[in-house]
Amino acid sequence: MPDALLSFTRALPSTLEQGLIYALMAMGVMITYLILDFPDLTVDGSFPLGGAVSSSLVIAGVNPVLALVIATLCGMAAGLLTGLIHVKLKVRALFSGIIMMTALYSVNLRITGGSSLLSIPRTAVTLFRNNTLVSALPQGVQVLIIAAFLVLLIKIILDLLLKTRYGLLLRAVGDNATVVTGLARDKGNVVISGLVIANGLVALCGAVLCQQQRLFDLSMGTGAMVLALASVIIGVNLFKRVEWIKSTTKAVIGALVYKACYSLAIALGLKPGDMKLVTAVLFLAILSTWLFGKKGAQRHA
Amino acid sequence: MLELNHLRKVYNPGTVRELMLFEDFNLSIPKGQFVSIIGSNGSGKSSLLNLLCGSIPPDSGRILIDGKDITKMPEHKRLKRIGRIHQNPATGTCASMSILENMSLSHNKPLSMNLMPGIDKKCREFFRDQLRPLGLGLENMMDMKAGSLSGGQRQALAMVMSVMTPIDFLILDEHTAALDPKTSDLIMELTDKVVRDKQLTALMVTHNLRYAIAHGDRLLMMHQGGIVLDAAGEQKENIHLQDVLDLFTQISIELGN
Repeated sequence: MPDALLSFTRALPSTLEQGLIYALMAMGVMITYLILDFPDLTVDGSFPLGGAVSSSLVIAGVNPVLALVIATLCGMAAGLLTGLIHVKLKVRALFSGIIMMTALYSVNLRITGGSSLLSIPRTAVTLFRNNTLVSALPQGVQVLIIAAFLVLLIKIILDLLLKTRYGLLLRAVGDNATVVTGLARDKGNVVISGLVIANGLVALCGAVLCQQQRLFDLSMGTGAMVLALASVIIGVNLFKRVEWIKSTTKAVIGALVYKACYSLAIALGLKPGDMKLVTAVLFLAILSTWLFGKKGAQRHA
Repeated sequence: MLELNHLRKVYNPGTVRELMLFEDFNLSIPKGQFVSIIGSNGSGKSSLLNLLCGSIPPDSGRILIDGKDITKMPEHKRLKRIGRIHQNPATGTCASMSILENMSLSHNKPLSMNLMPGIDKKCREFFRDQLRPLGLGLENMMDMKAGSLSGGQRQALAMVMSVMTPIDFLILDEHTAALDPKTSDLIMELTDKVVRDKQLTALMVTHNLRYAIAHGDRLLMMHQGGIVLDAAGEQKENIHLQDVLDLFTQISIELGN
């Protein structure tokens, strides 16, 4: 047991880094799941999409920030397609995501030129390596600072966005689409726009993650949605009674807690390969208690 | 002037459950008229409202507003000039959003939904002024979630929200049916006031014969996709509850019930 604690503590900085990076995806999934009430499985495809795009661009010597922007745009395009499939072709939400996720698998392979692994060489310029910003930051905490900055930036942008006229409409469409129609707005377009933003963030997350670990793995998308969703639900449930904490903050904290649990499980001797199973079980546990809680609330209402 | 010309609507065409609701339905409603519509279940009242709002398309025929054909116009575009209140009080507001946020949404209806602040702080007082006449105390709970309001409060809020921005038509789809008698009366009073003050053209579907007779300037009774009673002005004044009940009974007897 002390061994496990020791290795957990030793892994804490990297746990924090990972948690912050995954928080980007958690915020994206927060939009689809919490605000739009849309179970978006595109995430399993758009997450590695961001990674594939950013890895190949960085390897080709493209500016790492530009690579992130392009990766985000690709994710947004994926979200747009999912939205169009759902709204215009009237395919069910879950299926629209599965269709895109499946299609993106092949697309991602095309982007990497057919290899399921891409490693970014040590010499390549990434967001976290070989650039002037990194060398100006204190040794050892560069990744932490950059990731924290990114998360904070995105969080603030999202918080502001949700307060705009558009943001109110976005929240309304997930709550009660009839109201949006009554406001003379096409509810389908609002849903599509939400999917675009969400998948942009998910791809950004994949892009940042690949630059940080200098590795793209085609299978990184498997379970990405469940992971992000677990983070969101953990965050929301931890602060169920605290209404003044913003959903974005809850998602970020949820991602950190999730990653801490993950690293604790590893420290306790589980293999990384077991983790998807752990995630699935954890997710099921959270979801079932959560749903039971919800039903109970409805009964009382 | 609202005109429905030769509307035809068949449900489940080509199946054993085929139902010809409207074969050749015609109705015209002059600007500013308040029409009460009654009729038994399945008589076509709700379908009429749905056709008008664009929730369902007609098979043929035309819908005109001031001579302009809107038959092909999508629902959300029509609702620019139409306010619609549904039977279920939960339909008109967003449960997870506060009264302030809900009213802000409505306030933004004619504006472009851009990245300007969604809630105009200056509007808070204006919103409270809109809520005060209801006498429900809503003006003092602006930050309360709409979901925690009672059915009557929610319906009143929905009503205020839908007439806050300029509209021409008010569509009331059994909007008091889910409320208790006292709240129903309150909502009906509010309806009357709003329709008069804003000079709206209103269509109210109701199962409450008393309301249908007491309110509005025209009474329509529908049966199997047709209009069996159409009384306006003085003619409507002379209609009493018993007359309508008799007509209902007569129709039932014809049907063999």
